Amino acid sequence: MNVEVTPLPGIGVRQDFSIRSGRRIGVITYRDGRFELILSKQDDPDATAASIPLAPEEAGTLAGLLGAPQLVTQLSREHHDITGITTRQLPVTAFAHRTLGDTALRTRTGASVVAVVRAGTAHPSPGPEFLFSDGDLAVVVGTADGLDTAAEILTGG
Amino acid sequence: MHDTTIALIELGAVFFGLGLLGRLAWRFGISPIPLYLIGGLAFGAGGIVPLHGIEEFAHLASEIGVVLLLLFLGLEYSASELTTGLKKSWTAGLLDIVLNATPGAVVALLLGWGPVGALAMAGVTYISSSGIVAKVLGDLGRLGNRETPVVLSVLVFEDLAMAVYLPVLTALLAGVSFLGGLTSVGISLLAITIVLVVALKYGRVISAVVDSPDHEVFLLKLLGSALLVAGVASQLQVSAAVGAFLLGIAISGSTAENAARLLEPLRDLFAAMFFVVFGLNTDPRSIPPVLGVAVALAVVTTLTKVATGWWAARRQGVGPMGRARAGAALVARGEFSIVIAGLAVASGMVSEQLAALATAYVLLMAVIGPIAARYVEPVAGFLARKRAGTTTT
Repeated sequence: MNVEVTPLPGIGVRQDFSIRSGRRIGVITYRDGRFELILSKQDDPDATAASIPLAPEEAGTLAGLLGAPQLVTQLSREHHDITGITTRQLPVTAFAHRTLGDTALRTRTGASVVAVVRAGTAHPSPGPEFLFSDGDLAVVVGTADGLDTAAEILTGG
Repeated sequence: MHDTTIALIELGAVFFGLGLLGRLAWRFGISPIPLYLIGGLAFGAGGIVPLHGIEEFAHLASEIGVVLLLLFLGLEYSASELTTGLKKSWTAGLLDIVLNATPGAVVALLLGWGPVGALAMAGVTYISSSGIVAKVLGDLGRLGNRETPVVLSVLVFEDLAMAVYLPVLTALLAGVSFLGGLTSVGISLLAITIVLVVALKYGRVISAVVDSPDHEVFLLKLLGSALLVAGVASQLQVSAAVGAFLLGIAISGSTAENAARLLEPLRDLFAAMFFVVFGLNTDPRSIPPVLGVAVALAVVTTLTKVATGWWAARRQGVGPMGRARAGAALVARGEFSIVIAGLAVASGMVSEQLAALATAYVLLMAVIGPIAARYVEPVAGFLARKRAGTTTT
């Protein structure tokens, strides 16, 4: 990906790249730390169809949503030759501000958390003392049944 | 009633009135500057309510307003942005000067205001209002557009041009002889070069002097240093405005960003006062005679700014619609045109009419600019279709 970095004097920095459909997608980072998600128009690549202001934590959550599936795909590919094992990303809604140990996931489902994606970055191999926060996504490896149970536990369903 | 009581009531009424005007302006998507000017005109000679007892405060507040406006112009861009802007946009910047300073100068010469008046008017029609432009681009969600960096780089160049122009203008307005003028222009150019070099190399040192983690201390140091530098500059026959501007350039990095954030409300307050006082000192009756000239200037310099933006955007490989948007974005003139007119009229070296013409001109341009930026796309689309000879219903 060729990310273009354009300084906007007096305002901040624009970083964007072209996607396959020919549109440009990117982010304006203001001097005061605000973000704006931008997407160019289909018929006029010079103009922006949308510019959406995002608070830092909102930008982090969006980055997590976009970043986690990539990790899952990669892990699924690696586990491809082990039959019966799959990887899934599960939102951790029921255990915010509690530790991974509190979920007792391994004991109850046999599935294990291989990574936690937070604000677009993956924290690999979290220990039992790992503290979840709002908007975390757990990347879990296990059998199909185990993952279903894990999903229920993590979302408190 | 006691004098202080009356002054408080009057000041309160003025500020509150300005607040209402400002709210009205943004409701319609235009800059409040023209409304402040009209407010000043209304209160001035033969106005609705003559103000007594706050003239002194108003005058000083408007001086502080000029200092803060120019300090901000200096704070707006970092020294590195200025130098890269100069490298990248000097051709567009020069075209900008030729196209937009010429109409003002020509009109001033035709009206018989002499070379100094011509130089002042050239500045009035040349400089776009970076405040209005940035606000309008943000409001219209065009900051992510590809032509926006082109627009901003033209503004950066204008900023630099002001650094050269203001000292030259103030030297000439001070009525120095040709040789003396050359010396003071030389000194101010040397000062600007030194400031730029120092800001690039030792910006951190200057920033460290005024910087403070404590908001209160920081604010006092900033305001104190700005007024000190402005006062000393004015004592050295370089105007207060130029001194504040150079200080703004010298303060860099995160200090500049924090300073801008902290001082913004103060700037808005005192700048509003400045526009009102400028309006107060302009006799409304002097405007009708120059209105025709102002309208002609407005039409011509709208087209010349559009041409400047069009050409600059084309050089960066932006499409026709983007070129039109870049041109329209640059149209707005505002605070700095009034600052230049204020300096010129205060010196007594130019015709009194200049204030009236500049007022009428800025009234027009501060309104036309945002409107042009907003409606450029449908208009440009219509023109393009007309040219293509296809009429879509």
